[in-house]
Amino acid sequence: MTGYTRKPCEENMRKISYAQAINEAFHQVMANDDRVFQIGVGINTPWYVGNTMKGLLDSFGETRMIDTPVSENGITGISVGSALTGMRPILTFPRMDFMYYAMDQICNHAAILNYTFGGNVSIPLTIRAIINRGGEQAAQHSQALQALFMHVPGLKIVMPSNAFDAKGLLIEAVEDDNPVLYIEDRWLYDEEMEVPEEDYRVPIGQAKLVREGTDITIVSYSYMMVECQKAIVELTKQGINPELIDLRSIKPMDITTIIHSLKKTGRLLIVDGGWKTGGVAAEIAALVADEGFALLKTPVKRLTLPDLPAPSSKTLEKIYYPTHVEIIKGCQDIIHDKQNVH
Amino acid sequence: MTAPKHMDSALLTDILRRMLTIRIFEEKTAELAESKEIKCPVHLYVGQEGIAAGVCAHLDSNDFVFSTHRSHGHYIAKGGDLNALMAEIFGKETGCSRGHGGSMHVLDTRVGFMGSSPIVAGSIPLGVGGALTNKFLGDKNVSVAFFGDGATDEGVFYESVNFATLYKLPMLFVCENNLFSTHMPDFKRQSNTEVYQRIANFNINTKRVDGNNPVEIYQEAKTMIDRAKEGKGPSLLECMTYRWLAHVGPDHDLDIGYRLKKDVDHWKSRCPIKHVRDLLFRMNELSEDQFVRMQRDIVAKVEKTVAFARTSPYPKETDIYDGLYKETV
Repeated sequence: MTGYTRKPCEENMRKISYAQAINEAFHQVMANDDRVFQIGVGINTPWYVGNTMKGLLDSFGETRMIDTPVSENGITGISVGSALTGMRPILTFPRMDFMYYAMDQICNHAAILNYTFGGNVSIPLTIRAIINRGGEQAAQHSQALQALFMHVPGLKIVMPSNAFDAKGLLIEAVEDDNPVLYIEDRWLYDEEMEVPEEDYRVPIGQAKLVREGTDITIVSYSYMMVECQKAIVELTKQGINPELIDLRSIKPMDITTIIHSLKKTGRLLIVDGGWKTGGVAAEIAALVADEGFALLKTPVKRLTLPDLPAPSSKTLEKIYYPTHVEIIKGCQDIIHDKQNVH
Repeated sequence: MTAPKHMDSALLTDILRRMLTIRIFEEKTAELAESKEIKCPVHLYVGQEGIAAGVCAHLDSNDFVFSTHRSHGHYIAKGGDLNALMAEIFGKETGCSRGHGGSMHVLDTRVGFMGSSPIVAGSIPLGVGGALTNKFLGDKNVSVAFFGDGATDEGVFYESVNFATLYKLPMLFVCENNLFSTHMPDFKRQSNTEVYQRIANFNINTKRVDGNNPVEIYQEAKTMIDRAKEGKGPSLLECMTYRWLAHVGPDHDLDIGYRLKKDVDHWKSRCPIKHVRDLLFRMNELSEDQFVRMQRDIVAKVEKTVAFARTSPYPKETDIYDGLYKETV
């Protein structure tokens, strides 16, 4: 395992879930630093946040675990103001869709104030957002809005796909002196992995080469990494040997790791859990066009959500969310597309 | 004649000096904007000086102030560096925001001036965040958000007041009600134009005062700040006032048709600086000569800020990315 700054003791590894890893990171960052407090709608009830907040209210009390009225823009501004004046808040949006209410304080204030004030302040704010895709919840409880925030200068955005990165990136985010948007996907909550007991950090802005391969590079992040792993099991049976990269951070974006992989494979499939137009995949495709066009043997292909609000009905939901099946097909199409070989 | 309650001549002279500094700085800024030497849009505070001076006279550098697009007065009253403010308006590297912010984004953390935002009501929750920090630190200091009556038309104002009151934060909301939101008079925007009444339903302590009477502002702010430091929660002070100049820039906005010259003249006759000066005259604590000397000293100081701004370097083009991210230590 690479990419952490304080090497954890291998003996203390045990298998825990993504949600447990987040919970453990919260306990550790709050114990490590009195300036850290948590704020957000529903943070003290599992109804909103699953088991990720277990035990925190008992350990740290209501003063440091502030469950708020549904005043998203207000509490975001309050978090930014407390960060500006010396605290290190963690602000949770249990459903990412409600972040639209807080766009002003996130984009007009948190993101830009350090630059706008000439670098004379710091805003050590972690904004934690949870994607709740699927479940017949339709359009307003299921959105993945990372691309919107990626557009705004001054934010850092991380999207861990597994328990190890979930813990390490969360601790890193809280200790960062900038506003960091930490985006979880609820579909990952039960995914288990070996995770060290002690605190450790995964650096922001570094992708991870998860699997080495020769035929095609698959770049993904967050929940879609699970579907990619499933697809790879099948693809290898068919004699296709893909390389898999987990972005982990979508801003800053680690294009170097992607370019390095393309030198080997020359083919790229981007698997993105967000919408297509102006999305994360579009940004990666543009970066590859800028910096690695000559490496490409075939055109870049994007696998994303369609440009549609999420529908509720299960029949429509089934085709709305891509799975390993579409990833397999995407890889096959790229590899067998003789016409595009140059 | 004796000094008003809780005040003495030294304090009144201090408030007078703060107001006069703001007035002279703003008039100079207007002149430079008129001559186009300043190109950055400036929202001038002339006429409203008594509010910043009366409130900030209570604060020290550990108290936080947050402000708006019309921020020069608050910055100066809080003890901000005049050179750095003028240089910022000029877009110079020596500016308080290193030429990144301009007139609408000023900051001086050394004196607890924690920033201004021209997004209407945008800095109100930031102020409440400052109060939350002070709550964690034991109510020893307050946080003050200055804003106009236009900001009370935004939803986030109500979210902020509710939160501050619910958690009894050491917070002072100061609404400078100058009757207009850019060109729109209060009665065309608000179903109830009395902000202090409208907001009282949140169970917050509120009062409306004459915003051109710095004595009244000082005294009421004292009660409210003492209360906040005793852990009794936030207050809202509504100060009725008027901006003498245009919404933005050095003109008077008389050509646009939303206000009349006679109204401007009426408010000019109720000058907050004159109010305190005349009080000190009547108390025999200030002579005409002393006042003229005070004015002359401030004019000289402000002229020096202009010289400083003119001779300061611009930010380097190669440094354009500086400050986007803070280096974590």
